[in-house]
Amino acid sequence: MSPPVPALPTPRDVYFFATCVVDMFEPEAGLDAIAVLEHAGLRVTFPEAQTCCGQPAYTTGFPEEALRVARAQLDLFPEPWPIVVPSGSCAGMIHHHWPRLFAHDAELSKRARDIASRVVEFTDFVVGTLGLDLADADDAPVKVALHTSCSARREMDTLRSGRAVLAALPGVELAHHDHESECCGFGGTFSVKHPEISAAMAGDKLDAIAATGCSTFVSADCGCLLNLNSTLAKRGTPLRGRHVASFLRERLRIASVEHGP
Amino acid sequence: MSAVRPVADPLAFKDNARIVVADPVLRRSFRGAMDFLTDKRAAQFPDVAGFNRLRALGESIRQYALANLPQLLGQLEERLAERGVHVHWAENAEDANRLFLEIAQRHDAKLMVKGKSMVSEEIELNHRMAEHGIDCVETDMGEYILQLDHDRPSHIIMPAIHKTKEDVARIFAEHIPGAGYTEDVNELIAIGRRALRDKFATAKIGVSGVNFLVAETGSIVLVENEGNGRLSTTVPDVHIAITGIEKVIAKLEHVAPLFTLLTRSATGQAVTTYLNVISGPRREGEKDGPREQHLILLDNGRTQAYREERFRATLQCIRCGACMNHCPVYARVGGLSYGTTYPGPIGAIISPHLMNLESTRDLPTASSLCGACGEVCPVGIPIPDLLMRLREAARHDEPVAQQRKALKGQGGARRMLEVAAWKGWRLVYANSRIYRLVTWLATRCRRLLPGRQAGWTGTRVALRPAPRSLRERLAQRRPTPIPMDDTSKPAA
Repeated sequence: MSPPVPALPTPRDVYFFATCVVDMFEPEAGLDAIAVLEHAGLRVTFPEAQTCCGQPAYTTGFPEEALRVARAQLDLFPEPWPIVVPSGSCAGMIHHHWPRLFAHDAELSKRARDIASRVVEFTDFVVGTLGLDLADADDAPVKVALHTSCSARREMDTLRSGRAVLAALPGVELAHHDHESECCGFGGTFSVKHPEISAAMAGDKLDAIAATGCSTFVSADCGCLLNLNSTLAKRGTPLRGRHVASFLRERLRIASVEHGP
Repeated sequence: MSAVRPVADPLAFKDNARIVVADPVLRRSFRGAMDFLTDKRAAQFPDVAGFNRLRALGESIRQYALANLPQLLGQLEERLAERGVHVHWAENAEDANRLFLEIAQRHDAKLMVKGKSMVSEEIELNHRMAEHGIDCVETDMGEYILQLDHDRPSHIIMPAIHKTKEDVARIFAEHIPGAGYTEDVNELIAIGRRALRDKFATAKIGVSGVNFLVAETGSIVLVENEGNGRLSTTVPDVHIAITGIEKVIAKLEHVAPLFTLLTRSATGQAVTTYLNVISGPRREGEKDGPREQHLILLDNGRTQAYREERFRATLQCIRCGACMNHCPVYARVGGLSYGTTYPGPIGAIISPHLMNLESTRDLPTASSLCGACGEVCPVGIPIPDLLMRLREAARHDEPVAQQRKALKGQGGARRMLEVAAWKGWRLVYANSRIYRLVTWLATRCRRLLPGRQAGWTGTRVALRPAPRSLRERLAQRRPTPIPMDDTSKPAA
């Protein structure tokens, strides 16, 4: 499983980098991911000054702006703890692109590489490090499709961990959809620069997911979910996608962190 | 094909694409064709590790060639001269067409037969020759169909992939004397081949493209399936090959791995029907082959990509078309929408150098950066990275970091509104205090945000922030939050 998870057999502490999309648009996904991590006995630190990995500007052709934003995150993870990110896309940005972004400066580059080496996508962390016992989870039968973001699949190689989480949950049937490896059409600013093409991709993706007869679908990326759920809402159909952390929390019957200890 | 043909101009990309994605028949047809090609390729590379090893070899062969490009081109020219091949250098399309015309006029040729060559499309050879009364006939079946219908190739390997068999039946019945109307594919192919035979027999000049040029041996390597390439390069008295300067490789042994990567990636074939290794014109005592052979090496903007280290990988391409077959954007808009000779992901990264970045400015953004192209590229071109670098160059007037000189049309997509938006974004996101204030306001004013959001709400409901941000909800949960690690001075 990549990226290499830091050599901590049983980490006590982790950082949580929520991402800007989760912070502003999908806070439940962040709360649910934290609930799962805490349920596994971890102390989760949320550095309050965190904002964004810089990806939106980076992929649009404004790397200098991305660099300034990424720079503002570099000091937020001083302890050698894993940094759990509930997004393959933002984790990919930090893991692969931060070291390049800071390559011109030896000192910053060193810190970026250190952070990059500790970044781990949520499902990858759950499967590779947490070793959660999922057998006790709710076993009510449910058919679920999985949408793996392109960055999760191709940059972070976490397709298998996403599938592994679902496979380990009793009662969950994974519904494979047609052209599963294909992009949902989000692509950050691509979705608004080429709206008709993006919409055609989102439409095809949702038709394929709906054709499986699943009752819900999950993804580890809120960018894709914003795109797909906003399209579904406009269509007026009841199907919705959820962050895999929310689905996992519910199946594990873990209370939301807000009602927790 | 729908009644409205996409406009042959990359500035029309968005309009072209809009029309095509709204046409369900075209969408189904493209999807079916791309699925067919991607399945065939997948069957040829059953094991990922094996593909990765072969790809690493192909990549290193191409990178080595580019790293030594001037020397290899010099060596190639020497070897070819020894073999009696005339080598010509063309800086642009005009130069190349002038060379064709001079050779044709010297031989008083009124007819040329041409094997498939995207570089000849790039210089619009057929049209330029027609202006001088020279008939340049396409002999690749797909290209021939398009030429009869005054259409353009929509794919670099399967040029007529946007045509149905009904289209071809109609085109042949209309343009080939005595053909009659049939939708039987084998019969159609036979009709086309019969019509072309006469052309091979009477043309004075044969034109071809090139897949690889081998510097150490002076060999011109041509990969094809229909035999028209062999006929075009051997039957007429004069053979003119044309290609880009980047096609050179160092050694003959480099052909084998590139050949297998090419055929398996392009059409899912283990080998093609023909592999032509051309080693000069007919010699004393030989009974066939052209009496005169020329190679035209075209630059046409390639040195711009070569000059800039950060764009050089663009030239590694061996023109297999796998990137377009796997591209979700190409599969939905089709090749003609791009309005360039080379469509799809490779087109989006090479066209800005061949044309300029201003007129091609919408092509690098026409990608969700999903990475499918980079994943299948048989020579490891980091296509998504190159797309991002072009996006950057299109939005900055001056050369950016690690760029030596401005590209043609550099800054061609720079719009002050977008620049200001990203400066504003940076101000907010690089300063956590401002960010928290903005998030606080956005969540409170979520109902006041516009219900119509340009580009987003055509097929989606408007984006609305949650009632409370994650950080607020976490803060509410912890009356005494973990001491804030506020070392993030505004970096801006």
